[in-house]
Amino acid sequence: MINKLKNPFRNGLGQLTIPLIAIIILVVFNLIRDPSFFGIEIIQNNDGNNVLSGNLISIINGASELAILAMGMTLVTAACGGQDISVGAAAAIAGSAFVKILKSGDSISGGKVLLAFLFACVVAMLFGAFNGTLVAVFKIQPMIATLILYTCGRSIAYWINGGATPTVTSPIINAIGSFIPGIPVPTPVLIVVIVGVIFKLVFRLTSLEIFTQSVGINGSAARLNGINSTFIKLLSFIILGVCVAISGSIGVSRLGLINHETLLLDVEMDTILAVAIGGNNLGGGKFKVGGSIIGAYVIQMLTITLYAMKVSSTDVKAYKAIVIVLLVVIGSPVVKAKFEKYMSQLRAKKAAVNTKGADQS
Amino acid sequence: MMKNNGLRKEPVSDTQLLMTITISIFVAMYLMAMFGLGGGFLHVQQIFDMLNDNASLIIVSCGLTIVMIGGGIDISVGAVTSLVVMSCVLYLNRGGNIFVAILLALGIGLAFGVVHGLLISYLEIQPFIVTLAGMFFARGMTTILSVNPQKVSHEGFTALRDTKIEIPWLGYTAKNGNLVPARMELGVLVAFVCVVLVFILLKNHRLGRSFYAMGGNQQSALMLGINVKRTRFISYVISGALSGISGFVFMMHTGAGNATNAAGMEMNAIAASIIGGTLLTGGVGNVAGTFFGVMTLTTIKKIVVSSGLNDPWWQNITTGGMLCFFILLQSVVLSRRNGKKKTL
Amino acid sequence: MDNPILLTMRHIEKRFPGVLALNNVDFTLRKGEIHALMGENGAGKSTLIKILTGVYQMDGGEVTIEGQPVVIHSPQDAQNSGISTVYQEITLCPNLTVAENMFIGREDSAWIQRKEYEKKADEILGRLEIPTRGARILGRCSLAIQQMVAIARAVDMNCKVLILDEPTSSLDDKEVNMLFKLMRDLKAQGVGIIFVTHFLEQVYEVSDRITVLRNGELVGEYPASDLPQVQLVSKMLGENLIEELPEVQTETKMIGKNQDGVSLVGDMIRNEIKKNSGVFYEAESLSSAQALPFDFKIRKGEVNGFTGLLGSGRSESVRAIFGADKVTGGKVKIKGEQVKINRPIDAMKHGIGYLAEDRKRDGIIADLSVRENIILALQVMNGFFKPISRSESEAFADEYIKVLNIKTASRETPVGSLSGGNQQKVILARWLLTHPDYLILDEPTRGIDIGTKWEIQKLVLKLAEEGVSVTFISSEIEEMLRTCSRLIVMRDRHIVGELTGEDLNQAQVMKTIAGGEA
Repeated sequence: MINKLKNPFRNGLGQLTIPLIAIIILVVFNLIRDPSFFGIEIIQNNDGNNVLSGNLISIINGASELAILAMGMTLVTAACGGQDISVGAAAAIAGSAFVKILKSGDSISGGKVLLAFLFACVVAMLFGAFNGTLVAVFKIQPMIATLILYTCGRSIAYWINGGATPTVTSPIINAIGSFIPGIPVPTPVLIVVIVGVIFKLVFRLTSLEIFTQSVGINGSAARLNGINSTFIKLLSFIILGVCVAISGSIGVSRLGLINHETLLLDVEMDTILAVAIGGNNLGGGKFKVGGSIIGAYVIQMLTITLYAMKVSSTDVKAYKAIVIVLLVVIGSPVVKAKFEKYMSQLRAKKAAVNTKGADQS
Repeated sequence: MMKNNGLRKEPVSDTQLLMTITISIFVAMYLMAMFGLGGGFLHVQQIFDMLNDNASLIIVSCGLTIVMIGGGIDISVGAVTSLVVMSCVLYLNRGGNIFVAILLALGIGLAFGVVHGLLISYLEIQPFIVTLAGMFFARGMTTILSVNPQKVSHEGFTALRDTKIEIPWLGYTAKNGNLVPARMELGVLVAFVCVVLVFILLKNHRLGRSFYAMGGNQQSALMLGINVKRTRFISYVISGALSGISGFVFMMHTGAGNATNAAGMEMNAIAASIIGGTLLTGGVGNVAGTFFGVMTLTTIKKIVVSSGLNDPWWQNITTGGMLCFFILLQSVVLSRRNGKKKTL
Repeated sequence: MDNPILLTMRHIEKRFPGVLALNNVDFTLRKGEIHALMGENGAGKSTLIKILTGVYQMDGGEVTIEGQPVVIHSPQDAQNSGISTVYQEITLCPNLTVAENMFIGREDSAWIQRKEYEKKADEILGRLEIPTRGARILGRCSLAIQQMVAIARAVDMNCKVLILDEPTSSLDDKEVNMLFKLMRDLKAQGVGIIFVTHFLEQVYEVSDRITVLRNGELVGEYPASDLPQVQLVSKMLGENLIEELPEVQTETKMIGKNQDGVSLVGDMIRNEIKKNSGVFYEAESLSSAQALPFDFKIRKGEVNGFTGLLGSGRSESVRAIFGADKVTGGKVKIKGEQVKINRPIDAMKHGIGYLAEDRKRDGIIADLSVRENIILALQVMNGFFKPISRSESEAFADEYIKVLNIKTASRETPVGSLSGGNQQKVILARWLLTHPDYLILDEPTRGIDIGTKWEIQKLVLKLAEEGVSVTFISSEIEEMLRTCSRLIVMRDRHIVGELTGEDLNQAQVMKTIAGGEA
């Protein structure tokens, strides 16, 4: 009896039930609405490349920044039991830093792009470390600690480029933001895959996963087992910083300019939402990065579906809210428990009917 | 130990300590501005202006403080305020009645509060997610109502909007020799009433104490016979209702509806609560502190502007720095106190 | 017997997923009696109590108070029915004042009369001789005081039924006596008291009647005077474990015979004094944020113990050895070489393991699996960049689940869903896996069933035989006498005595703890 309850495979999938159901519902809904919704075709884009195109591609492509941020946010959530609400502002800073280096001098070479990206990483990691220090050393709740950068982050970004919104035009930047010649898959999607693989490798090659979970579940016990929880929390913010730099750089590359006011605006809310839809407890502890990635695609698929239904971009939020509420209501512990009780009653009834039948025969 | 019982004064609580720090810093800062910058800071009107501009922020902060003391969070307050403004403006422009508009404002706020409360309290969904959805919904609905700014043309309302309380003896004599009385908007009165009511509720009503108990230790509150679910539900309903009132006050101040109204107000309200000594962990906080939190935030912004740093980004950066300072201060003060407690 | 019946619970049934926690349990409480509810962990005591207090809903059965059937769906219902509970863990709000904690949730009016409450609270506290004041913030009071405030609250609620769930576990003797006096007073007033405790002597000191549960079933109800202690234990443990009792004894006697002519009563399987083996760990005026400076050393293969009353500094001292609290001074030598141990990781690197006193707070990582919990300490020692592979960790987990006989559905079961004893074994496995030279066990046997207690004691002695030094702390002096060859006695945060050999007996230990000059 006990063995039946503890099926590790079921436990593993359990966390992903809600995001997967959400994706399935969205897919079915779209197919009913418009059977060709998910059609993919190869078209020639402005640069003369043969590239994949279609709603599915724009969903997967459009969710790239969100997915990358959600991966980092998952770690912060797990280790600190709270969320970083400054990722959008930090991405604006990183993006500005990225552009700052690109705009120095005349030409933009591959080496320079790499240098700019590394600079953006360092800047974002520093701000991550600032947040992390407040959380890990001063024991301030993440939401409060990151409220500081949330408040003034975009102003710092403004200062980096002197209030201007400089544009960068370069085939390399264009390749990062859209397509690499010869490859039909959008580059941001490739970057998500690379980041995902790096996360997987980090979990494989280090003890990050078990340490983070231990710190998040029981910090006191983790400390007495020799885990440096300050370091782990700080590390999670620094890793999120790298994710922020990557997202910021992608965002800049997509548009070919930096607008510190609008770059990844409100992305922090979507990121936290992705983590929650992915079945991760926002109070910290056990986590699944995969869940958060799926969560990011759920959000993007929802947005694109709404756009396809001619909902204007400003109104999307209202519909999104309704879907979020539906999702969390289905996933809420109370509803789950009620549902399970109902199912077991149903089963008991069935069993009663069966035994009755057996008696009669 | 028992001998001292009758005489010794009890040490101040965390709530009182944090609030005292905030008030002292506010006073010190304002005095510094008066002597260092002079100008507008020398007139009482400066304080009145700060109140006029922030009446609705003060009102939503009161609600947020209640929710935070109970251990929750409500990030929908700014968006609900904005939705209420837009709804009331459109209603009034169609020849509506002011009285009904007030009911409409309250109704919208209450509706949000009730739904938030139900989902958070009875379905046990994380408050951040629920109120985030509420925020999205309210912002989305605002733009669905109207993307373009709407100005109120309703006569009764404009009369109400322009009604100002004038206090001559707090005024000053302008350069041309005329006496300029201190002017306060009606919204400020509403805000004061809200602050006082919430203050009394938190301090002396059993519901208020239940908020503290719930935020201090939810399990214990349950064991002490407090209906935690209902208490939490009520905290969100109050916050919703106050957002509704805040919306009407906001409209009385600006006289127009705009999709970007009250943008970022939720974070300002959270910041004000924190500066006022409310802990997001719950159980500690005070609405008087929150009031001074709003005033401190505003004073900083005014000082920045008066110092000639007119770029808007300076305001944000100083606000961020201010927030950082207060957060660190609280962290240090509280950890030192807790450290002491153990060794005693 | 003569007293009228106050509370009856009939045919109580409670199911948890996969477990029948209570099966057809009856319980009767009379007016003016102290009724002990006894049973090992998992017997169903707490479940029964929680049904009575409205925390759980029963799946079947009936509760009556003074003959009237009552329905209890919430703690509020329980309060209204005249049932008050004082739990082992403090269930008050630390951020409110003592007075508020006493009156909240049961105010007469919607408005708080602060001064009046404080006055009333001071009056009640004074009458019960509880040394605190109504206006004080509860979080500033000691745990014992907080507990007594909880009792004061219940007392003031004019409850008919008072449930005391392990109320004495955090109180010292003086406070226990105060509590007992209070219980007798209440009894005289006609209150029915349900008393749940692990301490057998306390049961006999105050109880009139004893109800024993085992494995969720009722064993029986007995007048305390008719049930000798031995029989009570056998009823609580059931037949299987009673059979194990003589087995352990014969085994220990065998070891006893091997020791030449050392008296065997009471120290049957005790660790021998290790005069010849080298000193493994030595501390000179070691102090931490919580512990006053003390000297200490332990030899290879030695089992020693720290004893003293709660708050005497025994746990704080061993925490200082492990670097669990901030170390503030002193010299530490390991195998004669001076080392610095400031954090747990330092201690671990020098071969020290530490099983913390509070299993839930400082031991288990509840949501992680048994496997992950077992490998955790070893993983930390291996370092961040050398993760233990999945297959390796599975092998480790399987090995220790077998060696320590951990009862778990699988190695991937979250450790939080295991019983207390098995959780403790998982933590033991965690430290054994690091192959420590010196293992500190702070209350490893607290709150777990007797069978596991014996297993752990046997394990300690086996480890010592293999050359591991062990510091063993237990509230039950008998356990320490059985295992330790040297006892360090602490009082008021100072070491006041060190007992070995002949002096190692209950009377001497008690005398040293109490501070009487020999």
